[in-house]
Amino acid sequence: MVISKKGSALTAVVHLTVLFLVVMWTIPTAGLFISSIRDKDQLSTSGWWTALSTSEQRLVERAASPESQTQENGLWVIRGNVLGDSEGEVTRFGSSSLKPEDFAAGETAELRRGIRLQVMANGDYEISSETEMQGRRGQRIFYTAEVPPRFTLDNYREVLGAEGLGKSFINSLTVTIPATIIPILIAAFAAYALAWMKFPGRGLLIAAVVGLLVVPLQMSLIPLLKSYNVIGEFFGVGAKTYVGIWLAHTGFGLPLAIYLLRNYIAGLPGEIIESARVDGASDFDIFRKIILPLSFPALASFAIFQFLWVWNDLLIAMVFLGNNEDQLVMTGQLRELLGSRGGNWEILTASAFITIIIPLCVFFGLQRYLVRGLLAGSVK
Amino acid sequence: MADVKLTNVKKVYANQVEVMRDINLDIKQGEFIVFVGPSGCGKSTLLRMISGLEEISGGTLEIDGQVVNDIPPSLRGIAMVFQSYALYPHMTVYDNMAFSLQIAKVAKDDIDQQVRKAAEMLQLTPYLDRLPKALSGGQRQRVAIGRAIVRRPKVFLFDEPLSNLDAALRVATRMEIANLKESMPDSTMIYVTHDQVEAMTLADRIVLLSAGNIEQVGSPLALYERPENVFVAKFIGAPAMNIIPCTVQSTGDHTEVSLSSGQAVTLPIKTASSEQGKPAHFGVRPEHLDIAGDGDAAILEGEVSFIESLGEATLLYIAVPGMDDMVIAKQIGTIPTQRGDKVRLVANPERLHLFDENEQSYRTE
Amino acid sequence: MGQLATALVTMILGVLACAAYFYGSNALLDLIFPGKNRPASEIARNLRISNRIRPWLFLGPAVLILTFYLFYPVVDSLRLSFFGRTGEEFVGLSNYTWLFGSEEFYESFRNNMLWLIFVPTAATFFGLVIATMTDRIWWGNIAKSLIFMPMAISFIGASVIWKFIYDYRSGGDPQIGLLNAIVVFFGGDPQPWITIPFWNNFFLMIILVWIQTGFAMVILSAALRGIPDETIEAAVLDGANGVQIFFKIMVPQIWGTIAVVWTTITILVLKVFDIVLAMTNGQWGTQVLANQMFDWMFRGGGDFGRGAVVAIVIMVLVIPIMVWNIKRANAEMEGR
Ligand SMILES: Nc1ncnc2c1ncn2[C@@H]1O[C@H](COP(=O)(O)OP(=O)(O)O)[C@@H](O)[C@H]1O
Ligand SMILES: [Mg+2]
Repeated sequence: MVISKKGSALTAVVHLTVLFLVVMWTIPTAGLFISSIRDKDQLSTSGWWTALSTSEQRLVERAASPESQTQENGLWVIRGNVLGDSEGEVTRFGSSSLKPEDFAAGETAELRRGIRLQVMANGDYEISSETEMQGRRGQRIFYTAEVPPRFTLDNYREVLGAEGLGKSFINSLTVTIPATIIPILIAAFAAYALAWMKFPGRGLLIAAVVGLLVVPLQMSLIPLLKSYNVIGEFFGVGAKTYVGIWLAHTGFGLPLAIYLLRNYIAGLPGEIIESARVDGASDFDIFRKIILPLSFPALASFAIFQFLWVWNDLLIAMVFLGNNEDQLVMTGQLRELLGSRGGNWEILTASAFITIIIPLCVFFGLQRYLVRGLLAGSVK
Repeated sequence: MADVKLTNVKKVYANQVEVMRDINLDIKQGEFIVFVGPSGCGKSTLLRMISGLEEISGGTLEIDGQVVNDIPPSLRGIAMVFQSYALYPHMTVYDNMAFSLQIAKVAKDDIDQQVRKAAEMLQLTPYLDRLPKALSGGQRQRVAIGRAIVRRPKVFLFDEPLSNLDAALRVATRMEIANLKESMPDSTMIYVTHDQVEAMTLADRIVLLSAGNIEQVGSPLALYERPENVFVAKFIGAPAMNIIPCTVQSTGDHTEVSLSSGQAVTLPIKTASSEQGKPAHFGVRPEHLDIAGDGDAAILEGEVSFIESLGEATLLYIAVPGMDDMVIAKQIGTIPTQRGDKVRLVANPERLHLFDENEQSYRTE
Repeated sequence: MGQLATALVTMILGVLACAAYFYGSNALLDLIFPGKNRPASEIARNLRISNRIRPWLFLGPAVLILTFYLFYPVVDSLRLSFFGRTGEEFVGLSNYTWLFGSEEFYESFRNNMLWLIFVPTAATFFGLVIATMTDRIWWGNIAKSLIFMPMAISFIGASVIWKFIYDYRSGGDPQIGLLNAIVVFFGGDPQPWITIPFWNNFFLMIILVWIQTGFAMVILSAALRGIPDETIEAAVLDGANGVQIFFKIMVPQIWGTIAVVWTTITILVLKVFDIVLAMTNGQWGTQVLANQMFDWMFRGGGDFGRGAVVAIVIMVLVIPIMVWNIKRANAEMEGR
C-alpha cells in the first residue's frame, strides 16, 4: 500500500503500537499459563511475573520429632534440613509465629529450658539440649528463604488425578461432538432449500431465521425447562439428558448455522446447479454430490464456531444438565472450583488451562476456516 | 426426428413482467439455429424454457412431437452448455463427463466407453484426470461440450458459450463448434449469442429477438439483404445501416422519396398509392455508399466531419445539412479524402431499403 | 471407560438418526412418486407433487426445532410474565410492577446500558485500529492471530484468567494481581478493583472487550482489504495524509461492515452472563439483566414469572436490532 512507504518513523510507530497491543492481549493468558506451572507455594505468595526470579518466602517447617534425637558429646541433638529437597537459601529464622525473623541464618536461638536452635543458610538445622527432649511432635521452625524459581507439572497431575476433571472432559466431549454435527446436518439441508428450492413462504422463512438470530437464548430457558420436565417425566428419564442438551444446542445454534450456510450456498454459481439438474440429478443428489463438497469451507467454519461455542458454554449446561459427576462439563467444573476452591490457585489455574487448551488448539489449527466463515456471514 | 416446436410460448416472471410474448417457432431436426439479439431481450429465457430450467407460462413446447411443458430437463433429451461452463469444480474431467450417466445408473463399462469416445473427439483424453481448475478456458469449454455429447441428446442448447473466451480462442472454438455440428448432422442445435458475427457464421437460420418478440427468422444472408424492419436492419451489419427519415413522394412499381436533406431518391420498390405523402424511413448500408464521380446523380451530399482509417477500409462520418444524425460511408482501402472535404455519395438502387412509418419493410417477398 | 463407551454409542446413534431421517425421507418420497421410467404424463404429475413436498422434507427438522426452541419460548415467556412463581396462577401485571419498582432492576438496567455503550464501541474501535495497522506490517498475521485468540476462550475461563489481573491482597502482602502490582510499583495504593462501585462494571466489561476485539478486527480487516486501492491512490495524489485517508476515504467505505460488527457485539452483550456470574455474581453493583433473570429462575426454587419478565425486557431491547437485521437481509436478497 501507498501509505506504508511514507517514512520509517511512522512504520516504527505502527510496529511498536501493534507490539504493545499484542502484549496487552496475550499477557492475561500468558499469566494463567505461567501460574499453572508454578509451585503452589510460590503461586499464592508472589505474582506470576516474578516466576523467573528468585523470590523471598516466609515458610514454616516442623522439625523431626524428639524420637529421632541422638546423644552427642553429652548433648541431645535433632538434625535435619528445613528446605528438604528443594533449593534455596535461608536468610532469617525464628521459633514462633510472632517472631518469625528474629535471627539471622547461622545464629543460635535460645529456646526454653536450655534448648538451642541453630539454622544455617543452607537450611541445615540443629536443635540441641542438655536434657532429653520430651513430646512427640517436632519443633516448628519459621524461616525466610530466598527460593529460586520452581516450575512443576504437579498442579496438572493433582487436578487430573483427583478433581474429576478427566470425567468432565469426557462429559464435555459427549455434549460437544453431537451438538456440533447435528445442527450442521439440519442446517445444511435447510440452507439449501432456502437458497435453491422454490416454494411458497421462502422469503418469510428466511426473514424468520434472521429474526431468530438475535433472540436471547435466556428467553427460552424457562419455557424449555418446563417442557423438558414434562417430556422427561413422560419418558421416565428426568429432565436432564444428553439428548436434551444436544437438541438445545442445536436449536440455539441453528439460526446462525442456517444464515451462514445459506449465504454461502446461495453464492455458489447457479449454472452448476442447473447443469446438474439437466444432467438428471434430483435435489437430494445435488445436495449430496454438489452442494456438500462445494460448501466444505463454510461447513468447517460453522463447525468450529459451534464447537467453540458448545465447549465454552456454561449457561445451557447449567440448565439442561445435572451437577452430578456423570453430567458436569468442564466449564461447570471450573465454576465449581471457582466457588469452592477459589483460594486454591494452583487447582484453579491448572483446571482453567485444561479447559481452554482444547478450544485453543482447535482455534489455532483451523483459524483459516473460522475466518472464512465469519466473513461469509458479515461482509458482502 | 427431433423437431422443436414452440407455439404461442409466453414467459411471465413473478413480478408480472412479461418477458416473452407469443413466440412461435419451428425448428427442424438437424438445424443449427442461433438466437441473437441485444442483451436482456430474452434469449436466455427462451433457451431455458426449452431446456426446462425455466417454467413455461403459456403456450406449448414440443420436442419430437411430444408436448414437454411439464417434463423435467433431464427427460427432455436435451443437453446444455453454459456460458460459465458450469463444470463441477470438485470432480475430475472424467467425472464431470460421467456425472449424468452415473445419475442415470448406466453400467460402468458403458459410461467409460462413452466418456472416452467423447474425450477422443474433443482431444481431451490427456486431461481426463485433471480438475477443471487445472485447465485453460478453451479446454474447460470443450469439457462442457463433452459433457453434453456424452448424454447423446436430441437437442444441444448453447447459452453464449464463447463469451468467456478471449478473442483468438473464440474464433478457434467457433470453428470447433461448426465442425462438431458437421460431425453430428442429425442433432439439432440451438445457440444463443449477442454477437452477430457468431450468428452469421454458425447459423443455418437466425432468430433475431428484441424485447421478448421475434423480429425476424431467416438465413443469415436473408437477414442481411432483406431485413423486415428497421430493428433488424440496424442490428445486422457493422457499422449499422444508415436510416434517414423521408417522405413518400410518388408510389407505384418504383417509389420516389424525398429525404430530410431535400434530395429525391427513386427506389425499385413497389408501394401502394395509399402510401402517398406518408413519412417513411430510407435505409442504406455504409458499405453500399460510394463517392460519386463527376456527373453522377448523388443521393446524399455533405461535409466529412470525421474519418476513421481501419486500414482495410475507411469510415467517413458525413454531416448532411438538414439531418440530425451523421451518415456513415465505408470505403474499401485508404482514400485521399480529408476532413472538411465536401463529398457526394451514390448507391446501387438495388441495395437501398425502404421502411414504412411503422418501421416495417415495404419489400414484400 | 464405561462412560466413554456409552458416550460414544449415544453420539453415533444421535448423529446417525439425524442422517437416517434425511436419507430415508427422500428415498421414501422418490418411492411414492417415482420420476423415472414412467409415462411422461405420470412423471410430470409425480414431479409436480414431489417438488412441492421435498423442500419441507429438507426444512422440516429445522423448522420444528426453531419453533420449539426459539419461537415457542418467546411466546411462552410472554405468557409466563403474567403468571406467578410456578407459572400457574394468573397475576396480571404484578410481575411488571414488581420489576419496575425494584432497585435491582434499575441497577442491572443501568449496567446493561453501560455494557451496551462501552463494549461494542471499544471492541469496534480497537478492532478497527488493529486491523488498519496489522495490514501493513509483515508480522501482521501473527499479531492478528494472537489478538483473535481470546475468541476461543470460554467466558468462565476468561474470568479465571482475569482474576490474575484484578486480584487484591490487603495489607503489606505482595500483590499477585498484575494491575495492583503495577499500581504499587508506581507508588500507589492497591485497590480491590472488583468491588469498587460503578467502576467495577468497567473492569468486567474490559474482559468482554478483550474477547471480542479479535472478532471485530478479523471482519474489519477483510472489509478494509476490500477497499479498492485506486480510491486510496487517488486520495494520495490529491494530497491527503494518512489520517485523512483513514477517516475520509477508508472508514466511509466500510460503514456497512462496521454496523454489522457493532450490532453483532451488541447482541452478544445483551446476553452476557457468564462473566458477571463468575466474577461477582452480581454483587457490588454489577448486576446485569441476563444474570438477574438467571437468578430469579433458580433462586429459592425459582420464580418463573419474575424471570420471564426480565427475559421480556431483554427481548424488547433486542427487537430494534432484529428489525434492522431483517431489513438488511431483505435488501441483500433483492440485490441478488
Ligand atoms: N428471474 C427473473 N425475474 C424477473 N425478471 C427476469 C428474471 N430473469 C430474467 N429476467 C428479465 O428477463 C429479461 C430477459 O432476460 P435474459 O433472457 O437473461 O436476456 P438475455 O437475452 O440477455 O439472455 C431481462 O429483462 C431480465 O431482466
Ligand atoms: Mg443471456
